[in-house]
Amino acid sequence: MKPAMSVEIGSLKLRNPVMTASGTFGYGEEFSQYVDLEKIGAFVTKGLSLKPRAGNPTPRIVETPGGMLNAIGLQNVGIDAFIQKKVPFLRSVNTPAIANFFGYTPDEYAELASRLDAIPEVAALEVNISCPNVKQGGIVFGTDPNCAASVVAACRAATKKTLIVKLSPNVTDIVEMAQACEAAGADALSVINTLTGMAIDLERRRPVLANITGGLSGPAIKPIALRMVWQVAKAVKVPVIGIGGIMSATDALEFMLAGATAVQVGTASFVNPAAAQEIAEGMEAWLAERNVADIKSLIGALEG
Amino acid sequence: MQFKAMILDNAEVSPGYWRMRMTAPAEMLEAKPGQFVMVRVNPSIDPLIRRPFGVFDVGTLQPAFTGAAPQPYLEILYRVVGKGTGMLSTLHANDILDILGPLGTGFENGPAGEEKLIVGGGVGLAPLYLLAKELVKDSPVRLFAGGRTKDDVLCITEFERLGVECYTATEDGSLGECGLVTKVLEQRLDATGNKGQIFACGPHGMLKAVAGIGAKRSVKTQVSLEGYMACGMGACLGCVCQGTEHSAENPDYRCVCTEGPVFEAAELKWEGN
Repeated sequence: MKPAMSVEIGSLKLRNPVMTASGTFGYGEEFSQYVDLEKIGAFVTKGLSLKPRAGNPTPRIVETPGGMLNAIGLQNVGIDAFIQKKVPFLRSVNTPAIANFFGYTPDEYAELASRLDAIPEVAALEVNISCPNVKQGGIVFGTDPNCAASVVAACRAATKKTLIVKLSPNVTDIVEMAQACEAAGADALSVINTLTGMAIDLERRRPVLANITGGLSGPAIKPIALRMVWQVAKAVKVPVIGIGGIMSATDALEFMLAGATAVQVGTASFVNPAAAQEIAEGMEAWLAERNVADIKSLIGALEG
Repeated sequence: MQFKAMILDNAEVSPGYWRMRMTAPAEMLEAKPGQFVMVRVNPSIDPLIRRPFGVFDVGTLQPAFTGAAPQPYLEILYRVVGKGTGMLSTLHANDILDILGPLGTGFENGPAGEEKLIVGGGVGLAPLYLLAKELVKDSPVRLFAGGRTKDDVLCITEFERLGVECYTATEDGSLGECGLVTKVLEQRLDATGNKGQIFACGPHGMLKAVAGIGAKRSVKTQVSLEGYMACGMGACLGCVCQGTEHSAENPDYRCVCTEGPVFEAAELKWEGN
């Protein structure tokens, strides 16, 4: 028996719960020769700003045990080039594309939300209030519940599309942030963005990254992400999208048990560009082997 | 292309430098000099990220027995610098690796008959052997290989076998000219009146010096860069370098993985980097 794999995030229906995380999958096209995009639930494009952004100096990435630090600094083409050069590809793929974006003021967030709302090829919006690598690139909005709520409310007023808010783990109480975003009109919450970290080159006595600190991703952060998804999912009614070190189908299924309705695969796509598709197929096989009829029955089904 | 490769040979060619031959699909034979592969050292999460290596050589092994299909292979030349390359050096024949490639843009050969000056520093020779193999088909080729000591000057015999005239320089004088390889390159350019074009790969300081020589003498120069990268396909944006016009106000970042690793030296910003 073929298990039912589809899930809903707001008004967005996904063929399966596996999406790709922003910043790890380009604008979709880069990966199209390695992944059958129509075998994954959705893909999230690289974080967009109103104007193009240069990003940080190099080195921007470094591997650490079981993970990697990045401080790209939200380099992106800007919304105009996105519409002109990237959207045509989105039209050619029968899989929802979710546009991740960020601003420097609530007004900028709202303007971006409104412009993305007008693009039919953009299926849903993911608001980044959590980038750890640029000073105004969201993190100020992502660490104060009132600021977060004002940004989310501004975006909510500017779009009818499914509005997802991506939360930072670099806070004292992620539940408080989640509840503020839900109350301000978020349709779903992505949990979590990267954890702020640092690597040092002992011999040179310098930080490895030009930005000094960066965001830690990869399997090293999975236990933290699972804990945060579990905490948030218990505290809100909107769907939670689990993110953090998912490398395999079993990782993804664990996030669903913790309360995630869907998951995002990030760093794994760098290691194996076909990871998202293989994870989706692996989840389906896992369910089929155990005669689980519907993947939705796993959401938040943690026992004990 | 993503494929599983079986290691055929993995040998230390000089202290700390290894040369690995592995099986590859026939498509790999189309790899252009300067292109690279991303190697997943093992299926675990440590090391996590793939490592980029220039394609040192590709070729086809004769059938092992009558009627067997010829086996295409891929070779990389690498230096043990950290955990990933350290683990790679412990692998043996018949071990399996996961490979992505060929990736990036390669060198442009340039006109036939023109003198080709190849400059390599240490493990920077890695992508230059396949280049030399191509260039000797229609041009006179000279190699300028440099390193700290003789141990850092690799595979000269292989280049000589191609008919390449080889010049070496070491900082300690243990092989060839004592000093920097750029000095030997300049001697040749002095002798020919700045004829031909330059192809270089090696440490950043060497590339910067070579780019300066090319610019000063109006000799076309292509360089192959290294960069910290996670994906190799233009998504992580970790490996960017700066184009000539780059400034904080007008950013001009290029992806080493997709727009390079080979660039015309004149396209890049060298000052301050």
